[in-house]
Amino acid sequence: MQRKLLSIALAALLVPAANVAYAQAKPAAAATKISGDTVKIGVLTDMSGVYSDLGGQGSVTAAQMAIDDYVAQHKPKFKVEIVYADHQNKADVGSNKAREWYDTQGVDMITDALNSGVALAVAKVTQEKNRIMINTGAASTRLTNEDCSPNTVHYVYDTYALANGPGKAVTKAGGDSWFFLTADYAFGASLEKDTSDAVKANGGKVLGAVRHPLNASDFSSFLLQAQASKAKVVGLANAGGDTINSIKAANEFGLTKNQTIVGLLTTIIDIHALGLPTTQGMMFTEGYYWNLNDDTRAWSRKFFSKHKKMPSMLHAGTYSAVTTYLKAVQAAGTDDAGTVMKKLKEMPINDSFAKNGKIRADGRMVHDMYLVQVKKPAESKEPWDYYNIKAVIPGGEAFQPMALSRCPLVKK
Amino acid sequence: MSKSIYGYLALLVIGLVAPFIIYPVLVMKILCFALFACAFNLLLGYTGLLSFGHAAFFGTAAYVAGHAIKIWGLPTELGLLTGVLASALLGWAFGSLAIRRLGIYFAMVTLALAQMMYFLFLQAPFTGGEDGLQGVPRGTLLGFIDLADDMNLYYFVLAIFVAAFWLIHRTIHSPFGQVLKAIRENEARAVSLGYDVAKYKLLAFVLSAALAGLAGATKMLVFKFATLTDAHWHQSGEVVLMTILGGMGTVLGPVVGATVIVALQNELADKVGSLVTVIMGSIFVVCVLLFRRGVVGEIAALYRRMLGQKT
Amino acid sequence: MTEIFGIPIQALMGQLTLGLVNGSFYAMLSLGLAVIFGMLNIINFTHGALYMFGAFLAWMGMDYLQIGYWPALLLAPLVVGVFGIVIERSMLQWLYKLDHLYGLLLTFGLALMLEGMFTNAYGVSGQPYSIPEEFVGAFNLGFMFLPKYRAWIIVASLLVCFATWFVIEKTRLGANLRAATENPQLTQAFGINVPLMVMLTYGFGCALAGFAGVLAAPAIQVSPLMGSNLIIVVFAVVVIGGMGSILGSILTGLGLGVIEGLTRVFYPEASATVVFIIMAIVLMIRPAGLFGKEK
Repeated sequence: MQRKLLSIALAALLVPAANVAYAQAKPAAAATKISGDTVKIGVLTDMSGVYSDLGGQGSVTAAQMAIDDYVAQHKPKFKVEIVYADHQNKADVGSNKAREWYDTQGVDMITDALNSGVALAVAKVTQEKNRIMINTGAASTRLTNEDCSPNTVHYVYDTYALANGPGKAVTKAGGDSWFFLTADYAFGASLEKDTSDAVKANGGKVLGAVRHPLNASDFSSFLLQAQASKAKVVGLANAGGDTINSIKAANEFGLTKNQTIVGLLTTIIDIHALGLPTTQGMMFTEGYYWNLNDDTRAWSRKFFSKHKKMPSMLHAGTYSAVTTYLKAVQAAGTDDAGTVMKKLKEMPINDSFAKNGKIRADGRMVHDMYLVQVKKPAESKEPWDYYNIKAVIPGGEAFQPMALSRCPLVKK
Repeated sequence: MSKSIYGYLALLVIGLVAPFIIYPVLVMKILCFALFACAFNLLLGYTGLLSFGHAAFFGTAAYVAGHAIKIWGLPTELGLLTGVLASALLGWAFGSLAIRRLGIYFAMVTLALAQMMYFLFLQAPFTGGEDGLQGVPRGTLLGFIDLADDMNLYYFVLAIFVAAFWLIHRTIHSPFGQVLKAIRENEARAVSLGYDVAKYKLLAFVLSAALAGLAGATKMLVFKFATLTDAHWHQSGEVVLMTILGGMGTVLGPVVGATVIVALQNELADKVGSLVTVIMGSIFVVCVLLFRRGVVGEIAALYRRMLGQKT
Repeated sequence: MTEIFGIPIQALMGQLTLGLVNGSFYAMLSLGLAVIFGMLNIINFTHGALYMFGAFLAWMGMDYLQIGYWPALLLAPLVVGVFGIVIERSMLQWLYKLDHLYGLLLTFGLALMLEGMFTNAYGVSGQPYSIPEEFVGAFNLGFMFLPKYRAWIIVASLLVCFATWFVIEKTRLGANLRAATENPQLTQAFGINVPLMVMLTYGFGCALAGFAGVLAAPAIQVSPLMGSNLIIVVFAVVVIGGMGSILGSILTGLGLGVIEGLTRVFYPEASATVVFIIMAIVLMIRPAGLFGKEK
């Protein structure tokens, strides 16, 4: 019937008309040239959700700073471009974005990729398409163990490094029974496991754990369970907004009167949000502190002028990662993943972020971490002056030794 | 009827040529959602039942098929089939419960049951919870066509879509389909004519669930993972939107609706962020208030009026 | 320390109390839904978004205009109620003659729009809203510390729920409202302005949702998604309770909150799904709901 024909024809027109924007040429991958004479870096992060302050816009700013500084300083022959997107903490959104970037936009390297679930998905796509992911945002140790790949670099921190700082220090100081409040996905599970191992290795006991959904709005019932466990220490295996809300609720329910709260992934951003009166005395592992030395102060103030907040370790790490990557590309003369990765694993890394940094065979970037304690309000001399550095944990100690690695790339 | 064959052929040609012009993964996504919407339309447009929980079938098939292929090592075709069977079974279970209520209650029950599935998926270890079921290999078709190649996979997905679409078309234009339409128009009269209305509704529900499952399992194959997003109630809402926008009760309406919505999301997601939800919501509102027949429905009515004026 | 079924009594009482708090929200929201459905035969999907809107109004009032908690408790529901009336007059009233499904779809679209706008403006991770001065601190009940604010939530919602029930069941106004639902033409013939009743009812239902939002703001993060997760549970509550009676929705809401709390103690993995499982069971045994009347 004619009306059916007309409607079909009109419908048929809608299909291509809506999608013409996606006809893009795929970059030719030549092993000795830089494709399209452009190096494209993608910042895939959480722009508006529970982790947006840890990474988010700050990571994009840091990456852009790195590109600007590198181009100004080294004047490379190739162009450097940046793209960014919000993965909304969803593995499918992140993975699809990465796939699309690799297929249609010629992206060579993806960075940040915080949220371990997203990171694991992006790692797979990156390996499939033979590009590079320098992950500066996620935490799960799986990225350099079961799910390691020749295309992944895990740059800033991981749950092993986070766990060992407080796991050892707090347990040895008398907090020998722990209860965990864990974010219910790859990151939380990883952090809970690594911290449990550290606690037990130092003579402590783990009394139990409770899982909460990511970005939970109400921690009251979980904290009640923590209280009921009578553990001396309540370990928060979560991050960002979840950590902030857990600590607030813990104070509200009087948990802090009898139990110690340890935020296992805490950054200066969280301390700033909660304030020193609530957080003074807390001890945890950090990857970067702006007020460490003149080098860090100089860079951080520059970052502050653009972002209006001091950098988290993810931000500082992203700057360092992008710079290191560009150096490797220039040294290798190509953006082919295999060649660049070889260069990355050869180069020593020494900049404001990483002292004595090196990327190992399993993709783990090993560098010094810091055991910090939050200052009392009276001790803080200016805004953001929050930490006393209790100890510098050398890279070799901070991260999981290669001998224990479950990564198939590591030859035993 | 021969004229509409030409129309469908034209669409088929477009389908065959599309991956050379447009990013194949995007077209595959459109095909999967078009199938999802067509399956949903079978229930809404032709039986008059609004299910607000169809994402449960979409997600269940995705997870089960993914698990079957990745963990049990089933060949791709069998994996997809397993997913479809799982959705059909779930459809039978949910349908039997939901049919006990009418109208809005039916919608609310389906929504609540789907939400229950969402939470089950969140907890169950085999789904990977928030991380999702990742890294599902695409496998091979008939044992030798490597589906890891996007183009090969595209034609497989197109074939699935065409086959399922033909099935829906046949169902709608069969005696069974006529009874469904009768139930939509006036359930009481259908009962008085002696039809076992509950059985027809349940059958339509199961068929719709199975095909929605096929769409979900196929999408899983394209993207190589299944996540909670597939089973979230937002997904249920989206398929309602696609069907209504395109025109419920029309054969091609859901396809048009799905194309528009997926394309819109793709274009806008980077540019306007969460305003995409606002746009989706406003399309809903506009469609319900002014545009109840949907794109295809309105075009058809316009065409009818033009013809009417001529004669 | 005494134990019941191996669970220390402290944990039990603690979760029960929290369950009562959640139940209060379920009761208030399902009450609003029941009132609107009773009058207009519309399932107000926007209810969750209005709850969120109320919470955001309180937060915006505090942040931008320094309006405190107590004025917000009165003003926010008022604004939400007026907003509801605007929706009803401009959009909903055209749908009364159509299939009920269109009302559901329209309100669903509106909910998406509201949530999208707030997500766009504020992101999803939630804004903090401080507990008002009067309620800072907790009662040491021995088996748990009950924050004073949560005790207030229970008291306030019970007050509002029973006030609503009283007005609808025991006053003249309520009688008029109920008459207008059962037989609009006849009631109109008696000189009662039925469209006005309908409009006010919808506005009141929305205001109830807004009030619940303000109550919730200090306790949980004010986030654009706070309503959408809650509304589906409330739907299940409504199906369980049946739309037949106001008292029914209140009791069902409270009861389910308590059951959820108990499930958290004995079988935490099921706590998110227990309401839906109960709904499935009720559907099999008593399709009209516990307090419902088959229409």
